[in-house]
Amino acid sequence: MKISKSWMVAAKDIKVFLRKRYTLYSMVIFPVIIGIGLPAVLYLVISRQGKLLGIQHLTDLLNAFSFFFVIGASAIPTLLASYSLVGEKVEKSLEPLLATPITDSKLLLGKGIGAFIPSIGSLYISSVVFMVLSDLATQSALGYYFFPNWTIGILLLILLPLMSILSVEWSVIVSARATDPRAAQLQGILVVIPMFVIYVATEVGAIKLNTTTIWIISGIALVVDIILFFLSTRTFQREEILTKWT
Amino acid sequence: MITVENLTKKFGEVTAVEGLTFQVQEGEVFGFLGPNGAGKTTTIRMLCCLISKTNGEATIGDYHIGKADDSLQIRKMIGLVPDNVGLYDDLTAFENLDFYGKLYEVPEGLRRENIERFLKMLELWDRKDVRAGSFSKGMKQKLALARALIHEPKILFMDEPTANLDPESAKTVRDFILEVKKQGRTIFLNTHNLDEAQRICDRIGIIKTKLLTVGTPEQLRESLSKPKTQIRLAQITESLVSALRKIVPNKIEVSGDNLIMDVTDPDKENPIIITAIASAGGQVREVTQLVPTLEDVYLQIVKETK
Repeated sequence: MKISKSWMVAAKDIKVFLRKRYTLYSMVIFPVIIGIGLPAVLYLVISRQGKLLGIQHLTDLLNAFSFFFVIGASAIPTLLASYSLVGEKVEKSLEPLLATPITDSKLLLGKGIGAFIPSIGSLYISSVVFMVLSDLATQSALGYYFFPNWTIGILLLILLPLMSILSVEWSVIVSARATDPRAAQLQGILVVIPMFVIYVATEVGAIKLNTTTIWIISGIALVVDIILFFLSTRTFQREEILTKWT
Repeated sequence: MITVENLTKKFGEVTAVEGLTFQVQEGEVFGFLGPNGAGKTTTIRMLCCLISKTNGEATIGDYHIGKADDSLQIRKMIGLVPDNVGLYDDLTAFENLDFYGKLYEVPEGLRRENIERFLKMLELWDRKDVRAGSFSKGMKQKLALARALIHEPKILFMDEPTANLDPESAKTVRDFILEVKKQGRTIFLNTHNLDEAQRICDRIGIIKTKLLTVGTPEQLRESLSKPKTQIRLAQITESLVSALRKIVPNKIEVSGDNLIMDVTDPDKENPIIITAIASAGGQVREVTQLVPTLEDVYLQIVKETK
């Protein structure tokens, strides 16, 4: 399938996201908080507690903090995709768009790429900042640079894209019923809840966040991605869009 | 160019359009007149391959609506101005057109040329770098017209393009449609503006779920309304009306100083009527031949279907 038209739709959406204050902030604020804020927390904890904070505790904390990128990957694409889909619905721009020679699948793919790229891009930039600052903050306590490592490598390169895709697909489904972008985002953000549960579980020691756990979560995300793909493509049919979405 | 046979669309139990049959010739401006909810938008959406048909057949050029492979070909050869303009408010006028030009695979050089040409024609070139969100309703409508023409389609579908526009903007849009008509493009125009239909359309179809009639504006006027003669008198008396009733068998209405009579052949009957009025002592001030308007025709047809 030639996807050049999908890229056109994605490029248009990204241009719109960068011009809208709301979507721009959605892309920037969370990555800035986790990229700079979390290493700052680590720095403060280490500077106050010093060697009282055990090495094991510190590495667990670093892994747990890494998981915030997964939470970001499930939240940011939802915010953008919901805005993109319901935004088209609100602006009534879907009808002329669907009247062009683009297939539903290419349009859906374009919408997905448009939400995926800026989300994952901002999270990757943020992760680099996070790893560098975290290493600087913890090197004296650990005696080595914790990042990069396999756990965050798999998390960033496997789980993050899978969660972003899941988030986009979920947004397509919830956007079909929503009449304004905020309502779609509220429903879309529900996808974050399981990720928060996993984070809390790691914090209370119920789950240990290592490469095995990340692989298992990635496997589950992949299965959910496949299921949601079929559901979202069934939802995104031009007749449904024009007669039931509007 | 457009052939429609027994086209029907149902949404569940509700029949939106039923058994439409008509043809639109190449280069013709075909107007679809009907009240709200008559099925005009549904028809356009079916012909533009946006929604499926329930029954019947329709072809655009050599392509059949409802066939997946043909749908893409149809969408390449048509342009659509929907009832809601649906522009991207955060993109500039130029970017809106450029995006659609790319989707229609218009080569870059021609795309830029067309954008400039249409924006200049519609007096929007000076505002090409302004976001569409800041445009007035009339400007947005003009931009939507340019968008529908960016790939120079053979057929242009327009769904009430002058609805809710101020008279000046509506005139600009109408003039532009006439300009497009001169270029030989086929135009399918949904409207409930009777004056607009009369001025722009070569033929008109009146729809209310079913297609009630089709013809040129003249044919419709002639087919449905009898001519009327209106005579203004100095004074109307009972004896005068009684005398007239003896020689004019048709209906006579009295409205103020005016007598309005249905006539079959005005050239033959008017002199007889005026002579009769004079004989009965009436003084004729003015004689007017009332020509039925498209509005009379439209209202009569729609009323008959109730």
